[in-house]
Amino acid sequence: MSPLPQTSSPLRRPARLAVNAGLVIFLALYAAIAFLQPNYLEPGLFMNFLRRAAPLVILACGQLYVILTGGFDLSMGAVATLAVLAASILINGDPETTWAVIGTLYVMGIAVGLVNGLVVAFLKVPSIIATLGAMLSVNGLALAWSGGAARGDLPDNFRNLGRLVWRGVPLVGTLPLAAVVLAGFVALAWWGLNGTVYGKRALAVGDNPRAAELAGTPVAATRILAFVVSAVSAVTAGILIGGFSGVSVNAGEGLELQAIAACVIGGAQLLGGRGSIWSAVFGALSLFALFTLLNLIGLPQALRDSIQGVILIAAVGASLWRTRRRT
Amino acid sequence: MTLRTLLATTVALTFAGQALAQDFNDPAEFKKQREQLSMTPQGPEGQPWAQHLGDGMVDTAKYRKDGQVTLCFSNAGVFNPWRVVGLNNLNAEAELHKDRLKELIVVDAEGKDDKQISDIEALVSGGKCDALIVSPNTTAALTPAVEAACGKLPVIVFDRGVNTSCPVTYIHPVGGYGFGITSGEFIASKLKKGDNVLALRIMPGVDVLETRYSAAKTIFDEAGINVIGSEFTGSDRAKTKSVVEDYINRGEKIDAVWMDAGDTATAALEAFEDAGLPYPVISGEDQQDFLRKWQADKLTAIGPSYPTYQWRTAVIAALDVLDGKQVPGPEWVLPQPAITEDVLADYVDARMPPLHYSLCGCQELPGYPERWGGKK
Repeated sequence: MSPLPQTSSPLRRPARLAVNAGLVIFLALYAAIAFLQPNYLEPGLFMNFLRRAAPLVILACGQLYVILTGGFDLSMGAVATLAVLAASILINGDPETTWAVIGTLYVMGIAVGLVNGLVVAFLKVPSIIATLGAMLSVNGLALAWSGGAARGDLPDNFRNLGRLVWRGVPLVGTLPLAAVVLAGFVALAWWGLNGTVYGKRALAVGDNPRAAELAGTPVAATRILAFVVSAVSAVTAGILIGGFSGVSVNAGEGLELQAIAACVIGGAQLLGGRGSIWSAVFGALSLFALFTLLNLIGLPQALRDSIQGVILIAAVGASLWRTRRRT
Repeated sequence: MTLRTLLATTVALTFAGQALAQDFNDPAEFKKQREQLSMTPQGPEGQPWAQHLGDGMVDTAKYRKDGQVTLCFSNAGVFNPWRVVGLNNLNAEAELHKDRLKELIVVDAEGKDDKQISDIEALVSGGKCDALIVSPNTTAALTPAVEAACGKLPVIVFDRGVNTSCPVTYIHPVGGYGFGITSGEFIASKLKKGDNVLALRIMPGVDVLETRYSAAKTIFDEAGINVIGSEFTGSDRAKTKSVVEDYINRGEKIDAVWMDAGDTATAALEAFEDAGLPYPVISGEDQQDFLRKWQADKLTAIGPSYPTYQWRTAVIAALDVLDGKQVPGPEWVLPQPAITEDVLADYVDARMPPLHYSLCGCQELPGYPERWGGKK
C-alpha cells in the first residue's frame, strides 16, 4: 500500500511528511495494544478493531474535506444521531423499507450539508458558528421527532451494515461488513481528493481563499461540496453506529470533536491548506487505538479521560512541531 | 519526574475516588431499604402507585380547598427516557381527575438548577397554583426555593429529595440501595464464590446511581464474587458494547453483568452474541427491549426498577392534600418491585417502544399505548 500522493508540488510535501506521523503514532499505539493483549495481532481482533473504528474513520474523512477548505463541521455528530433515530422511526422494524429509508437518510444529510455550505459560502458566517447552529437545530429536530427516547426498531438487514461479520474468509478469517463499507468510503474519499481536480481546489481555497478566487477557483462551490461530503460521511457513520449497537438518542454525541482531533493528529492543518485523506484515516485509527489502549490498561475512568486529553495534545503538538521543523 | 507526578496523581485520584464512594455507602440506609423491600405495602391491592410502606401519615386538613383546583408542576426536565415515560404518566393521571382539576401547569427546567429556581418562584408568585409538585433537578440547590414555596402553598416533592422537611410529603420508591440489593442478591444467588461480574454504570457522582452500585458491591463482596471491572457507559449503546467487547477480548471470563440502569442492557448482551459466547447472568431494568430479549433468548436475568409510576403518585398526593385527606408522610415510600422470570410475560408488550419502562403502572390510563409512543 502506498499512501503517498504521486505529485511533487511544494504544496503537497508537508502533507506527505504528516502522513507518516499519523501512521507512526497508530503503529506505536497498536504495538502497545498488542504488547498488553497479544491476541490483537490475530486478524480476527484486528478486523473487529476496524469494525469499531470504522464510523470514526469515515467521519474523519468527511471532516477532512471541510478542514482542507479552511472550516469546521461541528454538525456531523448531530447528523449521525439524526440518521440513527430517523432510521429507527422510519423503518420501524420493517426490513422491506430499509434501502428506501437509507436513501432518505442520505437526502436528509445532503440537505443539512447544503444548508451548512450555503450559509458559510454566501452569508459568510464562520463555519464554526454556522455548523454549531446546525448541530443545535439538528439535535433539537432529532429530539423533537423521537420525543426524547428511542422509538421504533432497526431490522436485521439494517443492523448488518454495522454488525454482520463473515466468518471463514480466506486470508483474514473474519471480515466485518463495516470494514468493507469503510474501505469503499475511504477509496471514494481518496478519489475525490486525488482523482479529481477537487482536491487541489480545496487545498487552494483553504490556503488562501482570495488568491484561489482570483485564480479562478469556484470558491463557493468548493466549500459547499465539502460540507455535503462531510454530511454524507456523517450519515454513513450514523448507519454503521446504528448497525453496530442499535438505536440510541446519543449515538453521535461528541463525534464531531473526535473527527476534528483525528484529522489534526494525522497532520491536517486546522484552518486549511494542508492534509491528505491519509491524515484522516491514520489520525482516526490512532485516536481509536488510544481509546482501546486506555480501556485495556484498565485505569479508573477519571484518570483515563485526563490521560486521553494529555496524549491528544501531545500527539497534535508533536505532529505540528515536526511539520514546522521540516518546512 | 513526570512519571512520579503521574504516579502521585494516580494514587491521589484512586483515594479520592474511594473517599467519594464512602458518602454513598451508608450501612444504616442499606439496612433500612433491605427491610423495606420485604415489607407488605399498605393501600389498594394491585395499584402500587397508591400504596405505601410504613405507617407514617400526615394531616392535611388545613390545605383543604373546595371546587376546581389548579396544580403546578416544576419538572427538572425530560432529558432521559425515564422522565419521558414519567411525564406521560403524570399527564395521564391528571386527565383522570378532569372534574376536580381545572388546570395542570407544567414548567420544564431543562435540567438547569437556576431555571428551576426561577420557575418555582414564578409559579408561586403567579398566584394561580393551589398546590405545587416539584421534581428537583438537584437536592441542595433547590432546597431554598422549595422552602420559600412551602410558606405559600402545599408542596409535594418526588423522585430526588430536598434538604428540608417543609414539603407536605416526599414521594419516592425504596431507593438506590434497594435497587442494588435486589439485583446484587439475584446475581449472587446464581453465581459461585470466585466467579466474575462486570459492573456497567451510567456515570459517576449521581447519588441515586452510586447507591445502587455500593449496595450491589457490598453484596458481591460478602458472597466472594469478583467485580472484574466497573465501567461508565454514559448510557451510550455503542460505548457499552465496545466496553464489553474489550473485556471479552481481554480473555477474562464474565459470568455475570450487573447494570445500574437497563437502557443499554441489550447492547451489552449483543457483545456476547457477536463473540459467539453464551449469555451471562444479567441484571437490567424494566425497559421493553431488555424484557423482550430476556423472553426470546431465555436469559437468566432480573429487572429491578425505579418505578415511573411515582409520577402518578405525585398528582394523587396533591389532590388528596387539597381534599384535606391524610396522606402517607413525611415520606411516602412506594413499593419498588422487580421483574422476575415468573412475571416476565405480564410485562412484555410488543406494541411499546424499546425504552418504555414497563413498571409505569400506566396500562389502564387514558391514551395507552399511543401516549407512551406505542402502536395501537
